[in-house]
Amino acid sequence: MQYKMLVAAAALAVGFALPASSATIDDVKAKGHVQCGVSQGLPGFSNPDQAGNWTGIDVDVCRAVAAAVFGDANKVKFTPLSAKERFTALQSGEVDVLSRNTTWTLTRDTALGLDFVGVNFYDGQGFMIRKDMGIDSATKLDGASVCVNIGTTTELNMADYFRANNMKYEPVVFEKADEVVAAYDAGRCDVYTTDRSGLAAQRVKLKDPSAHFVLPETISKEPLGPVVRHGDNQWGDVVRWSLITMIEAEEMGLNSGNVDDMRKTATNPAVKRVLGTEGDMGKVLGLGNDWSYNIIKQVGNYGEVYAKHVGPNTPIGLARGPNELWTNGGLMYPMPVR
Amino acid sequence: MAVSSEVGTPPARASFWNDPRIRAIIFQILILGGIILFGIYIVNNTLVNMESRGISSGFDFMGRTAGFDIGMTLIPYDEASSYGRAFFVSLLNTLLVSAIGIFFATILGFIVGIARLSNNWLVSKLAEVYIEIIRNIPLLLQIFFWYFAVLRALPSPRQSFELADTFFLNLRGLFVPKPIFEAGFSAILISFLIGLVAVVFIARWAKRRREATGQQFHTVYVSIGILVGLPFLAGLVTGFPLSWDYPALKGFNFQGGMTLIPELVALTIALSVYTASFIAEVVRSGIQAVSHGQTEAAGSLGLRPGPTLRLVIIPQALRVIIPPLTNQYLNLTKNSSLAAAIAYPDLVLVFAGTALMQTGQAVEIIAITMAVYLTISLVISAIMNWYNKKMALVER
Repeated sequence: MQYKMLVAAAALAVGFALPASSATIDDVKAKGHVQCGVSQGLPGFSNPDQAGNWTGIDVDVCRAVAAAVFGDANKVKFTPLSAKERFTALQSGEVDVLSRNTTWTLTRDTALGLDFVGVNFYDGQGFMIRKDMGIDSATKLDGASVCVNIGTTTELNMADYFRANNMKYEPVVFEKADEVVAAYDAGRCDVYTTDRSGLAAQRVKLKDPSAHFVLPETISKEPLGPVVRHGDNQWGDVVRWSLITMIEAEEMGLNSGNVDDMRKTATNPAVKRVLGTEGDMGKVLGLGNDWSYNIIKQVGNYGEVYAKHVGPNTPIGLARGPNELWTNGGLMYPMPVR
Repeated sequence: MAVSSEVGTPPARASFWNDPRIRAIIFQILILGGIILFGIYIVNNTLVNMESRGISSGFDFMGRTAGFDIGMTLIPYDEASSYGRAFFVSLLNTLLVSAIGIFFATILGFIVGIARLSNNWLVSKLAEVYIEIIRNIPLLLQIFFWYFAVLRALPSPRQSFELADTFFLNLRGLFVPKPIFEAGFSAILISFLIGLVAVVFIARWAKRRREATGQQFHTVYVSIGILVGLPFLAGLVTGFPLSWDYPALKGFNFQGGMTLIPELVALTIALSVYTASFIAEVVRSGIQAVSHGQTEAAGSLGLRPGPTLRLVIIPQALRVIIPPLTNQYLNLTKNSSLAAAIAYPDLVLVFAGTALMQTGQAVEIIAITMAVYLTISLVISAIMNWYNKKMALVER
């Protein structure tokens, strides 16, 4: 048996065994595009539009990285991944960066051999339920059947929450988000649980969205952000600062509309550094000095991206809440570019 | 030497390198060595790469607290149990659906296979249509069909179909009363076991007597009498120490009793119906492999069509049927891993799914999962081979 397992492990190991060089940025430059792992369709975060182009705030993180590396936000290819597949895809080098509404946890940051480089959405887990069930609080969910996606922090949080509140429940676990929604819609479960942003996004897919609502309780912290492989710090820096630049640009009032003018007229040294007209910020990252300009020009600042994909004027309709800039009382706090 | 001198001078011995036998051995050693080296290279490379990326390895995680729940468990399990326990829970679920699936697929397959050969045009065509439709549609689609067909057709818990306030059917599953064994129940169990042993001896004795004297004995009726009567007597003496836990609607769902979840039902139906269509063809080909002269011979001896099929055709057909039937059993077991698509908590969904995700130890978990399926398949193979040998011996 030991021998057979070894053989099986060896077969699986081929994926890991392929030489993945430590310098991802050289690989990326050599192949001419960023390979980005996204969800299989979560409106607002990563979802193909009618023309088949990927859109969403997770997608735009990858576009920002492409803009920083190549000066062209379209030099990115997307790999749709299920929650179950995502880490293996990143570990084995199938994707260069994973930007797939993924929660930053200690285990994932360490034992999985991954590095989280920042947070592009602060979220929390909630429960969705039919209005006609007459339930107004998650503490009254004793005995409920709960539909959930496999391989998520959601699955564990739910177990913790019900155990802590001494309630029973029946988990119904699906591999694909669409299957979870379909089963909930068919009435297999009383409750559908995932991140609150996910609930808002998936509600659009239900037969009668107005017949459902999200319970007030938020049972967990879900800081979602892009992930890279552990041990390649230069690539990690590129992704981290691409994300920070988007938030910093919003704080400085730079957006895709005014960035060209600001590049000519700006006098504030901090703004000039972000725009690459002063200092060598690009060079120390191993990029061109116009890296941040390209991000802001082609992708936009964080506020623009948020408003376009998940903001109150979209079908998702999420207020900024904790994702507001720190200057407006939110949690988005960009590290200084200097 | 003495022998060769009689024949003549021995042929000139080929040089070491030109001896075909030695060459063959050398090449085999080279190829085997190459494969082993390749294997070592891959395993070593994997370990080095995983080490350098800080991915944890080893089997320690099996003892750690799992922290997630499982929808259907045959043995006690909760969030505080270990990954090892979760592994056994999911393994049992896989074995359960495979066993039930094999049982129904065999019965349905034999019925359809025999119907396919029926002289009745309608029956034969119905069987043919069934086989051709079912075996040509991908299994995953059929699983989805049954799952959503089952789900859509059933009412919500509050509008359940019910039978005598005891059995309830809704889209959360079939709820039935659960027996609770109280002190003294073991007497009934023991009397049943005694009855079982007695039946075996009676059957043997009846067979020997029939072979010796030709006299028939009503083994079936006597067996049923013993198997029902003995436990019933024991029950009378002990006062039937058995009570039932009835399911009742509390809050969202029915609580108490036993539940048959719709995922299990849908998966069992899909696997059985699909595999049965292949088994039907196996059975048909097996029966057709028996020469028609056998049927005619049985007819000329005065056997009616029923006994002809049962006593003459099928025993001979079985020898042809069993090897391909084994393949179908193996297929069914392996196909049960599609359970992950409809949330049936089998080995792939729970262990190679949730556990893999939470520990991140893909190499170890996939290796264990593969080893488990390999073991199950080899065991089924071994059992079927044993049965095949037994059937083959019947031929004189």
